[in-house]
Amino acid sequence: MTKRINKIPCALIGSGNIGTDLMYKLLRSPSLDPVWMVGIDPDSDGLVRAREQGMKTTHEGVDGMLEHIAEDGILIAFDATSAYVHAENSRKLVAHGVKVIDLTPAAVGPFCIPPVNLEEHIGKQEENLNMVTCGGQATIPMVNAVSRVQPVEYGEIVATIASKSAGPGTRKNIDEFTQTTSAAITSVGGADRGKAIIILNPAEPPLMMRDTVHCITTFEPDREAITASVKAMEAEVQKYVPGYRVKEGPVFDGNRVSIYLQVQGRGDYLPDYAGNLDIMTAAATHTAEVFAEQMLAGEAVA
Amino acid sequence: MSIQGRKITIHDMSLRDGMHSVAHQFSLDDMVSLSTALDRAGVPLIEVTHGDGLGGSSVNYGFGLHSSEEYLKTVIPLMKNAKISALLLPGIGTVEDLKMARDIGVNTIRVATHCTEADVAEQHITCAAKMGMDTVGFLMMSHMADPETILEQARLMHSYGANCLYMTDSAGYMLPAEVSTKISLLRDEFPEEIEIGFHAHHNLAMGVANSLAAVEAGANRIDGSVAGFGAGAGNTPLEVFIAVCTRMGIKTGVDLDMIMDAAEDIALPMMGEPTRISRDALTLGYAGVYSSFLLHAKRVEKKHGIKSKDILVELGRRGTVGGQEDMIEDVALEMIRAQQNTGAT
Repeated sequence: MTKRINKIPCALIGSGNIGTDLMYKLLRSPSLDPVWMVGIDPDSDGLVRAREQGMKTTHEGVDGMLEHIAEDGILIAFDATSAYVHAENSRKLVAHGVKVIDLTPAAVGPFCIPPVNLEEHIGKQEENLNMVTCGGQATIPMVNAVSRVQPVEYGEIVATIASKSAGPGTRKNIDEFTQTTSAAITSVGGADRGKAIIILNPAEPPLMMRDTVHCITTFEPDREAITASVKAMEAEVQKYVPGYRVKEGPVFDGNRVSIYLQVQGRGDYLPDYAGNLDIMTAAATHTAEVFAEQMLAGEAVA
Repeated sequence: MSIQGRKITIHDMSLRDGMHSVAHQFSLDDMVSLSTALDRAGVPLIEVTHGDGLGGSSVNYGFGLHSSEEYLKTVIPLMKNAKISALLLPGIGTVEDLKMARDIGVNTIRVATHCTEADVAEQHITCAAKMGMDTVGFLMMSHMADPETILEQARLMHSYGANCLYMTDSAGYMLPAEVSTKISLLRDEFPEEIEIGFHAHHNLAMGVANSLAAVEAGANRIDGSVAGFGAGAGNTPLEVFIAVCTRMGIKTGVDLDMIMDAAEDIALPMMGEPTRISRDALTLGYAGVYSSFLLHAKRVEKKHGIKSKDILVELGRRGTVGGQEDMIEDVALEMIRAQQNTGAT
């Protein structure tokens, strides 16, 4: 007897801000079934909420779940812990045949910014995909929106997030944020050189995530084509992050093209100011859903 | 407690905070002539970095004429007595930059965060302290948090390994009573071997008064710049502060005549326009806005035709913090749109 499955069982590693926000998105997914939430503190808010949703939990890290992977049929795991522990988590999960979507800035696997390069990853059987950073998810589509029109010799992004939305993992990984984002500005965004800056702002009430993209084009910018490309890219991102919007710009100043963005979250875990959580978890969910649909299609054929 | 006979360490900011005054365009010759003059005058510690620290060269903050590495490599070998420090803001600079600075002979690293976000500095402070550097935790915009918060954040930086803790009045907003309260609390709560420092901006003309209040309250490292260099209306005017310290019997080891000459004959000619407490600088101090925003706001005024003072007030109202230079054009465009909408109705 074959049990026909219509959702791919997944595990969430990390029960902090990002992991918990992601859980709510997966619970709504038509193709993903969050089965496990893995943490390190039994009393963490994320684990408490996961249990309330009927998920299986462990506070013993990835090791606490490994022996259940086969019986629960886990095929995809999301790691929302910290860049410092990701490589080890990934190694163990991959050894158990699980595809890993990495939401830390560890950059073990290739970068994935859905509207720019998700298609390139389909069918490649990569074991680990890296979702860059929240700032990267918000800004790199726009660097690409400019670079697909004409060469960009330098791309720079500034991500400003509310202090309350930055958990301990994010704070310990500040360097990894800037380095990983810079690397993806060039390799995915298409700029020759890249720089990333992150600012935490403690204002009350908390400010909504905002991002600035500065591109220096090699030749005089084609204003009309760039403006149209930016508009089109905004619509692409809005398909999975409804609160994403170009607030001002593109502003042109010589060869500088500046785009000012705002990301309003869906308020799944933290309130809507935490667009940084939303864009990261929405991108990861969107990516995993594409793979899940493939897996399900494969299942049906078999 | 009498402050006569007290010894303090003067830390010159002209070649780092002063970078903001010249949009980060010091030539290597400027660096050499001013740093050697300061060294000769007996200034024991001189900061040399892009105005926004290591890695600060960018569209957002302005590209430096040279890299911080080039400036440091030029200045360090020329110092007879002075030690060189570098600034690093986590989120802008990285541990990699810090290691570069140390490898070329930087003695002191100052890791700066907004006054409520000290925990983003853990990687950098830990690394600097482990490498045996003089490691300073630098709490910016300290007027935005109460004394207990400043203390708690300073404790975090201390726990990572900082041997000196700074309260920084980045907006030039504080009055002497606030400086006294906050510095006294830090001095009382940390062991004697942990140094306490104070960094002022002169936007309300309180640089000297606030620095004195800090010394009276127990601070022993005081920042300043010559000839009005520094973001906004400059830092504590160093030649003036040295004169006051000399009169009061506070020992700085800095020669008054020589620092006056360095200010007048060497630093002043490097400035485009002499510093004064302009309407915009005064606004920074009065509204509590990050001093480095000044030149950026003036640039936006020029491009978009909206008064820089109004932009600065709005940035203050929104609780912007150090590093958010990208908000300036964004906010200006938003204000212009709001004005147009009002005009249309």
